[in-house]
Amino acid sequence: MTKITSRKELEQYRKNLQKQKGSKNITISVCAGTGCLALKAQEVVDNFREEIKKHKLSANVEVKEAGCPGFCEKGALVVIHPEEINYIKVQPEDVAEIVSETIVKKKVIPRLLYTDPHSTKPIKKESDIPFYKHQKRILLGNNMKIDSKNIDDYILYGGYSALAKALFDMKPEEVLEEVKKSNLRGRGGGGFPTGRKWETTRNAQSDKKYVIVNCDEGDPGAFMDRALMEGNPHLVLEGLMIGGYAIGANEGFVYVRQEYPLAVENTEIAIKKLEELGLLGKNILGSGFDFTITVHRGAGAFVSGESSALMSAIEGRVGEPRPKYIHTAVSGLWNKPTCLNNVETWANVPLIINNGAAWFQKIGTENSKGTKIFSLVGKVNNTGLVEVPMGTTLREIIYTIGGGVPNGKKFKAVQTGGPSGGCLPEKYLDLPVDFDELYKVGSMMGSGGMIVMDEDTCMVDIARYFVNFLSQESCGKCIPCREGLRHMLRILNDLTTGEATEDDVKLLEELSEVVQLSSLCALGQSAPNPVLSTLQYFRDEYQAHINGECPAKVCKGLLTFTIDAAKCTGCGLCMKNCPVEAITGEKKTVHHINSDICIKCGNCYEVCKFNAVQKATGKQKKVVSVERR
Amino acid sequence: MIQELREIDEIIDEYQGQKNALIQILLKIQEKKHWLPKPALLWVSERLNIPMAQILQIATFYKAFSLEPHGEHIIRVCLGTACHVRDGPKILEAAEQHLGIKSGETTPDLKFTLESVNCLGCCALGPVMMVDTNYHGKLRPSEVPEILEQYRTDTSALTNEQQKRKPTAQHQPASPVISR
Repeated sequence: MTKITSRKELEQYRKNLQKQKGSKNITISVCAGTGCLALKAQEVVDNFREEIKKHKLSANVEVKEAGCPGFCEKGALVVIHPEEINYIKVQPEDVAEIVSETIVKKKVIPRLLYTDPHSTKPIKKESDIPFYKHQKRILLGNNMKIDSKNIDDYILYGGYSALAKALFDMKPEEVLEEVKKSNLRGRGGGGFPTGRKWETTRNAQSDKKYVIVNCDEGDPGAFMDRALMEGNPHLVLEGLMIGGYAIGANEGFVYVRQEYPLAVENTEIAIKKLEELGLLGKNILGSGFDFTITVHRGAGAFVSGESSALMSAIEGRVGEPRPKYIHTAVSGLWNKPTCLNNVETWANVPLIINNGAAWFQKIGTENSKGTKIFSLVGKVNNTGLVEVPMGTTLREIIYTIGGGVPNGKKFKAVQTGGPSGGCLPEKYLDLPVDFDELYKVGSMMGSGGMIVMDEDTCMVDIARYFVNFLSQESCGKCIPCREGLRHMLRILNDLTTGEATEDDVKLLEELSEVVQLSSLCALGQSAPNPVLSTLQYFRDEYQAHINGECPAKVCKGLLTFTIDAAKCTGCGLCMKNCPVEAITGEKKTVHHINSDICIKCGNCYEVCKFNAVQKATGKQKKVVSVERR
Repeated sequence: MIQELREIDEIIDEYQGQKNALIQILLKIQEKKHWLPKPALLWVSERLNIPMAQILQIATFYKAFSLEPHGEHIIRVCLGTACHVRDGPKILEAAEQHLGIKSGETTPDLKFTLESVNCLGCCALGPVMMVDTNYHGKLRPSEVPEILEQYRTDTSALTNEQQKRKPTAQHQPASPVISR
């Protein structure tokens, strides 16, 4: 590979790519993100390559392993350009038909199109599908056009032009000023103004400075960083390089959790390709700017996503946070000024430099600019990644884009911000989502997880789930977090088995306050949020648990399963599926569940085709929950 | 034994013996051996001149590391929020019942290690179970035994599938181990 040593050569390189691209008229993009790979996307790609060869179409048709566009629920996703025909749920065996019908005969296959559940009409074009139509995809938009392992794809669509602009047309101060003017706020959750953070690191006196990409997305229920890092790593790396230039850092790190093997792989490939092209290393594009990037894999610790903990992990030590009397922006990695930003924050930087701060300012609300990617999951029809301008209401996200709650169930709550966030009830559905509005109602943006819950979700169980998660993930360095969370978990466990009293709930509230006020890092400080918000909005459910009932019929300790004699046909399916042989009965006679043996797994309830198994709630004999220690 | 230490030497050399690469070195050893054997750790300690206590501190703090042997196949059941509200815990229960072990344990025949993880980032496909590098999404508890049995009996077929998934030489093997 020849090196690109000047801005002019980069433009020439791009022009050549455009010329080459011109000869291939049709592109078949298959999403090769983790979600679609789990749904056999790799086989789909392989079959496409084979079929194209078989039909001797290789000169005209390109098959692309693209990044994740976000509609994971409907994978494997295939988009055929230039017509933008969007096929969903494509199986490897559909490929031959797609090639012979759509590619050769130009006929659309209706059964593979997305059907709008409201109008029941199939939709041909990707951009017409409501899930995509109502989004503003400035960050994710290119994912489906780009093969993330191929740097040429990124360059073809204008990649590294922002870096060239920053290096040649702007002084570092001007880059910093542009980012400050854009009012970009940190997408990792805190929402701290990015420009101000950069400025602190820039102004700190030191011979050496560092910049870091935080891709330690440990929040359960969030995967936007993964999609960006897997699908378009160059966008993030370009942002990092521009940041390095503005701040005065020559060394960058990408911290990726090892649970995301594909993100690690794609980032490493991207860095290698950059080095080969001469876009990383000494004297980039002949500008005199030197920059190197190293990938550091996380080893599985949620708390290591916290900035000071992450830095000590990169240093090869235990990833525990430290008190931040002195910010990491002043004294971070190896005690040098270090600027750490989330994946999504860095990804916004090239866009701001290319389009200007004024363009960015036009998107979003007064104090939260730009778009935000949410991972919309849980009890919602269209799950996946949703990128919308700040200020879009929860209702638009969940109903217009997400298609509402499935199976005719009633919406109960939406949990935003992961374990640090809170659960919001129906009355806040028209809340415009931005950093400040969410905070006002007791939740937060967090990294952008959005979990929809319906009437079958127990809010006490959800609070217990998050506290359980955080108490396991607490590093244990400070006592309020280590002991406080453990005790909160004990009370919540008692609630789910009907053993807690009103005094316990009072204590739970007190503990929440103490943990919030006195923990060392944000993990502990925000850990009580799910408890406090559920207490605020769903207090009646806590009361019901004290009375021995779980209204959503989720908490095992408060459930009984019985068989309705009038409905039971004696088919024996429940008996076959019972793991503990608690069900007895002869064939074609009414079956019976022995409640002394029953472990309330609910298998019988799910498999019964005649609705004969009844689930009831009410205080039973003492069942000690598994989690209780 | 000497062969094993040689392998570890290769890993250390890859990082030019840098002390701060300790976690990356341990991750690579874990990937190769599926656990961190004591002689290996002693050798790392010797070569990098890092006290054993510090190495053990790291090996016990991070979830990716194990100080006990792991099974041939590693099953990770996702219990992230999205999977949790879609009955992820029942998938774990089904796997536990089928294998006769609890989460975090290894079957006596060293065939399977069962783990629960807090998020695999496949939230739209919940509930998700990952066996080695293969994801199984939108699962029902009743499907779990059948999937696991495939791995017990037909390893050759699965290897082929994995190879298909990683078609070109430039692809690095996916990192196999997550948490305990």
